Amino acid sequence: MTATSTPSPKQIDSSCRLPLFTLFSGAAVWLVMSCVFGIAASMTFHKPDIFAECTVGTYGRAYPAWSHLLVYGFAIPSGLGVGLWLLARLGRVEVAKPFVISIGAKLWHAGVLVGLVGIMNGQTSGYEWFELPRYAAVILLLAFMLMAIWAFVTYSRRNEESLYPSQWFTLASLFWFPWIFSTTILLLQFFPVRGVVQSSVAWWFAGNLLNVWLTLSGLAATFYLLPKLTNRPLQSHYLALFVFWTVLIFGTWTGIPMHSPLPAWMSTLSSAAAVMMIVPMLALASVVFLTTIGAKTACGGGLLCFSKFGVLSFNLATLAAAIAACPAIARITDFTWFNHGHTTLRLYGFFAMTMFAAIYYILPKVSGVEICPRRIKGHFWVAMPGALLLAVPMIIGGIKQGLKLADMSAPFLDSTKVAMLGFRIGTLGEVLIAIGALIFLANVLLSIISHYRVIAKSAIADATAKQPTEVRL
Amino acid sequence: MKSSSTIFLAAFIALSASWAAFVLVPQIQLGRADQAKTVPAEDKYPVARAGLAAQGAEVYRSLGCVYCHSQQVGQQGVKVEVVLFDAGTNTSTTLAAIAKVNPEINKPETITGLPKEIARVADIAASDALVKAVTAVGGKVEVNVIPTGSDISRGWGKRRTVAQDYIYDSVVQPGTRRAGPDLANVGSRLADPNWQLNHLYAPKSVLKDSVMPSYRFLFEKRKIGKVASAEALKLTGDSAPAAGFEIVPTDKARQLVAYLLSLRSDAPLFESPVTPPPAPAPSTNTVAAK
Repeated sequence: MTATSTPSPKQIDSSCRLPLFTLFSGAAVWLVMSCVFGIAASMTFHKPDIFAECTVGTYGRAYPAWSHLLVYGFAIPSGLGVGLWLLARLGRVEVAKPFVISIGAKLWHAGVLVGLVGIMNGQTSGYEWFELPRYAAVILLLAFMLMAIWAFVTYSRRNEESLYPSQWFTLASLFWFPWIFSTTILLLQFFPVRGVVQSSVAWWFAGNLLNVWLTLSGLAATFYLLPKLTNRPLQSHYLALFVFWTVLIFGTWTGIPMHSPLPAWMSTLSSAAAVMMIVPMLALASVVFLTTIGAKTACGGGLLCFSKFGVLSFNLATLAAAIAACPAIARITDFTWFNHGHTTLRLYGFFAMTMFAAIYYILPKVSGVEICPRRIKGHFWVAMPGALLLAVPMIIGGIKQGLKLADMSAPFLDSTKVAMLGFRIGTLGEVLIAIGALIFLANVLLSIISHYRVIAKSAIADATAKQPTEVRL
Repeated sequence: MKSSSTIFLAAFIALSASWAAFVLVPQIQLGRADQAKTVPAEDKYPVARAGLAAQGAEVYRSLGCVYCHSQQVGQQGVKVEVVLFDAGTNTSTTLAAIAKVNPEINKPETITGLPKEIARVADIAASDALVKAVTAVGGKVEVNVIPTGSDISRGWGKRRTVAQDYIYDSVVQPGTRRAGPDLANVGSRLADPNWQLNHLYAPKSVLKDSVMPSYRFLFEKRKIGKVASAEALKLTGDSAPAAGFEIVPTDKARQLVAYLLSLRSDAPLFESPVTPPPAPAPSTNTVAAK
């Protein structure tokens, strides 16, 4: 690729096709699967003995399967796919070695499957957000490196010198994941550190994965989509840069819970960082406000809705995490479902919704086939209430649970009883999200299938059209 | 931001800072921790799990118990009790000495019916003055340090858990959620292996309102042979098997119970004192063999 021959957007899109089809279709399948495990896990709160004879459905295996598939199956591949397309489009360059990247994507999905089988067989690592056994973790690391290297090569061959904020976020995310993931594999699974140092490493990883990686990858898409969808320039690059810096500086310190057997200075640092995350949150809110205000585009359940709801959820989740980091409140909310509630909001409300917007934006360009807007709207109107119904009752239930836990006179079982209603509503949310995930899977697969059908049709048409002319000649 | 090197430098600096603080420094501070001595008995603590209990830790991990059960006890503070054992030969001077530190307990009956708690103060420094005053006039007092907090008043532990408690665990699972109660001291709280087995098989049979799932897959239902198994669970009511059948724990169930019974983190340590010290732990293997 020389600087003189800048490829057209169409050429760039078609160079992305193979890796993106692999990444997005696999992500959609894993999202549906994760919802199945999520519903299985939440059934335990309706009928505790439902999986008494079944090791696969037991809560302690269905729950890690849910989080494993959601984060490693859906979130990371979709984030990578969107990031790859952004690097190619913004750099005005075709993707380097798309075939190798798609091999990496297949390897990644294989690793996720291996990890799932391991968790089902009871070989889970035992660390939250890092459930996969070490043989699966190594596969994922290799697959990520394979994709990230060629994504970086694509970036470095770019024809457009000036950088757009989405590129900073994507590049940092490509750098971030291998570091945190390899550190964690080495120090937890190959050369396990002693005692609570393990917890420290695991929490550091989880904080960086959920609060930094997902944020970087999600905001890369948000900062690209909002101006495109509203036909207005990003307001402004400086604010976006500020968001970038503050997410990196503060986000990486979050993760250590207030109550832990670790030395107190660690949780104090983490809490301070969680509170400071309000700074990028406010900056992000102003970027979004200034960019979208006065836009003529109606929302109506389209891509802009997905993207805006993503930002709103990010802000709510960050705010909830910041509030829960205050010692007086952490005394109530730690060990309850509160923290799980806002993490779920971050995953489903912010990251997944942002990815849906990005994938619905990118996929028609790559496949050449439009997605029916009604199906996109349908997805939004089940996924949005689903995310809220799952997260909000859990947040409220968590507060109630925490108040009972802190009340020394209340018996312990009271604390589980008050949270139960939240779970039962949460199951409804989980079901809505699952329906949304099925629509998403259908949208992705239909795009891919119709792409190949169009190719096949035109090939047949070519073949049949040529013959008579040849005869006439 | 114009060049890519700035982006990587920014990411590198930010991440390496948190890496140093949350990975490197804990490793330096705690990574080589070894057995400590308990106070005042000077026993070595902790002792590594062996046999069934060590295998049970793997069962605990593989069943994902950590998603509902924490293994860490929090503590909000301590209360310090001063117990008077001997008022000395001249009781009126003793009483005067006590009254000087704490005028509220200036009553003659304070020093009758010993041993007796004579004061409850907020910290050890405050108790020192009282101890000094009483010992100076020939009396004998003891100071009990009792950790306080909601976890402790629930009976989940005698003191907060500290890093020392976990040095021989791998995987360390302090947990972040309490859908079920904390298990840091379940071995001293619920030390009956039969209760534990029944609870795993049918939680509601021993705790009416329990929301814990049943782990029937850890047990084997089989026809009673010529002689009923000595290991069979003694179940009544809904959870009892049909006539002619018995429920026998599998190896995994016995390992898990041995592990649960080995969970005790109440040894009094210098950094986390408990006085008077709790009774010493029984050997986990003798319990598990039952």
